[in-house]
Amino acid sequence: MLRLDKVNKYYRVGTHSLHVLRDVDFEVADGEFVAIMGASGSGKSTLLNILGILDDYDSGEYWLGDTLIRSLSEKKAANYRNRFIGFVFQSFNLLPFKTALENVALPLYYQGISRRKRNQIAEQYLERVGLRDWADHTPSEMSGGQKQRVAIARALIGKPRLILADEPTGALDSETSRQIMDLMAEINKTGITVLVVTHDPEVAARTSRIIRLKDGKVVDAEHARDSFPQMQAQP
Amino acid sequence: MFDLDKWKEIWATLRSNRLRTFLTAFGVFWGIVMLMAMLGFGSSMNAGMRRQMKGMATNLLFCWGQTTTEAYDGLPPGREVQFDIGDVDLLRRLPEIEWLAPRHQLGGWMNPSTVAHESKSGTFTVMADTPDFKHIVAFEYEAGRFINEEDMKSARKVAVIGSAVRDQLFAPGADPIGEYVKINGVYFLVVGVTHTLRGGQMGDQDANTVFVPFSTLKTVFNFGDHVGFFALTAKPGYDGEQVEKDVREVLARHHRVSPNDKLAIGSFNMFEVFDRFSTFLFIIALMAWVVGGATLMAGVVGVSNIMLITVKERTKEIGVRKALGATPFSIISMVMKESIVLTLIAGLVGVAAGVGLMALADFALENAHNTPFGPPNISLSTVLAAVGVLVVSGALAGIMPASHAASIKPIEALRAE
Ligand SMILES: Nc1ncnc2c1ncn2[C@@H]1O[C@H](COP(=O)(O)OP(=O)(O)OP(=O)(O)O)[C@@H](O)[C@H]1O
Ligand SMILES: [Mg+2]
Repeated sequence: MLRLDKVNKYYRVGTHSLHVLRDVDFEVADGEFVAIMGASGSGKSTLLNILGILDDYDSGEYWLGDTLIRSLSEKKAANYRNRFIGFVFQSFNLLPFKTALENVALPLYYQGISRRKRNQIAEQYLERVGLRDWADHTPSEMSGGQKQRVAIARALIGKPRLILADEPTGALDSETSRQIMDLMAEINKTGITVLVVTHDPEVAARTSRIIRLKDGKVVDAEHARDSFPQMQAQP
Repeated sequence: MFDLDKWKEIWATLRSNRLRTFLTAFGVFWGIVMLMAMLGFGSSMNAGMRRQMKGMATNLLFCWGQTTTEAYDGLPPGREVQFDIGDVDLLRRLPEIEWLAPRHQLGGWMNPSTVAHESKSGTFTVMADTPDFKHIVAFEYEAGRFINEEDMKSARKVAVIGSAVRDQLFAPGADPIGEYVKINGVYFLVVGVTHTLRGGQMGDQDANTVFVPFSTLKTVFNFGDHVGFFALTAKPGYDGEQVEKDVREVLARHHRVSPNDKLAIGSFNMFEVFDRFSTFLFIIALMAWVVGGATLMAGVVGVSNIMLITVKERTKEIGVRKALGATPFSIISMVMKESIVLTLIAGLVGVAAGVGLMALADFALENAHNTPFGPPNISLSTVLAAVGVLVVSGALAGIMPASHAASIKPIEALRAE
């Protein structure tokens, strides 16, 4: 699915530069469900942004499928984001003036699909996250959990092979977090590779593998566990 | 470009920012209203002028005899120049003359004569004219006709009276045709009542004029072969000043006037009046486009500025769109279209307001015959040109904000709050 080979990333702030990712090396196979953990400032978001082709890196190689992702044209990058990757953000990032349905349908707009068609498809995806009746509501009328479901539906609508979620439960209470992670697990079961950045061990426990970062270095990229021990442990 | 779907997308964003949309739109609105008001002003003056001149040939020249100021060909200065019928044949040889009308006023130039019908009488201008005069000033007829060739040949004692003459000499509702009017004690049969097309003073003048056949004036009132003055029109394509010069030359030679004696023959050239007026109108129109255009440009700069601010405010949104697959082109096209739509809508509202203003002016000026302003008329092509200018302006206004929006890096945009 994807492979990082000695990836380095610096932030230049004024005169000095900050070495945020140091020789990051790991591989994620197709269909994996991976958590990325680490202290605040360890470089998790930076890493995820590079994986999502939202940001550049300074050295090393990032392979997405068979493609080396390096200084792509904005147009190509946009195309990858549109068709290959789905994003879920901590702060949802829904467009406030659009309804849930329109938010979900937006990626299809950039595929040139007609409004009617994409609304039809968006309805199916809203149904899938259990928000069929909320199609005509704007984000301000929805709870955090509902907003995140809308965001997940939006991430899924382009039929991506990879979902990147940066602290998707960071703004939610524990019960809602659990529901969102149920949804993530369900998505993963359909064969989509899912990477979740999180601070929350309970969230991480739902995944099949944890990559730990410390000061921009991968300290642990344990191999895939069998599957969902926590879930099996529950009655 | 005409994908309804994309326009809905744009409409949604414009509606989501009502206040700034309104403020931005106002500058453009004002610009186009100014532009139209100024164009309307020019057109109103044009209409006013045309109203005064309606029915009148515009390539018109008048020529009359005065008094010589130079000795010439053995004749002393101070001699009165008197045109006559012989001049008619000479002038007709000039190829540039289209219509030639020898005229004479009974009683002399600017001297009205007494005209009576039964117990009523009044003083009116009595003009002796040939049938061709109708080509120089066209009238409509409330009844009857103008002087014709038969009248001329037989020197009939017939009269064509103006509407004010009819009103003064006849009872309301009475038909003057077939009645007789007495002009300086001689009875004339009324054969026509004119209705002038001209406005203002000239229109009043027409209404108070009585026309009689040129030949009749000669036989009845002993005018001999005299011609008071000539009214003539030039064929299209001839230079007005040249025509005037040629006519004066012919008359000067025939009446043994020095070619240098400018005062011996008087002439008045309507070409120049119209030319000068056309130039004036052109300058007004030019000013309208310059001033209106500048106001519009100020509006456009406003749109550009606010769009730029808006793009900055919407950095986060643009980041989200990019994360979801928006290409730089789609972002550019989004901002450009917003700019164009905004400009166009504001502009069209301005056009509508302008048209309303015109309608108001039209209403106010339609019957105000004594002002130099007539009902304004802005042509569809002018309105379409203005709309074209708006689209281009909107596009210009969008270029900077759009390229800024496209250049925002997605990660920086997402980080923005
Ligand atoms: N745009 C930037 N410019 C400069 N420094 C940055 C920038 N973004 C992040 N950093 C720094 O890079 C380091 C890694 O940041 P990053 O956001 O990747 O951490 P994180 O692991 O996601 O932290 P958190 O858990 O708090 O979200 C931090 O020290 C941060 O201050
Ligand atoms: Mg982070």
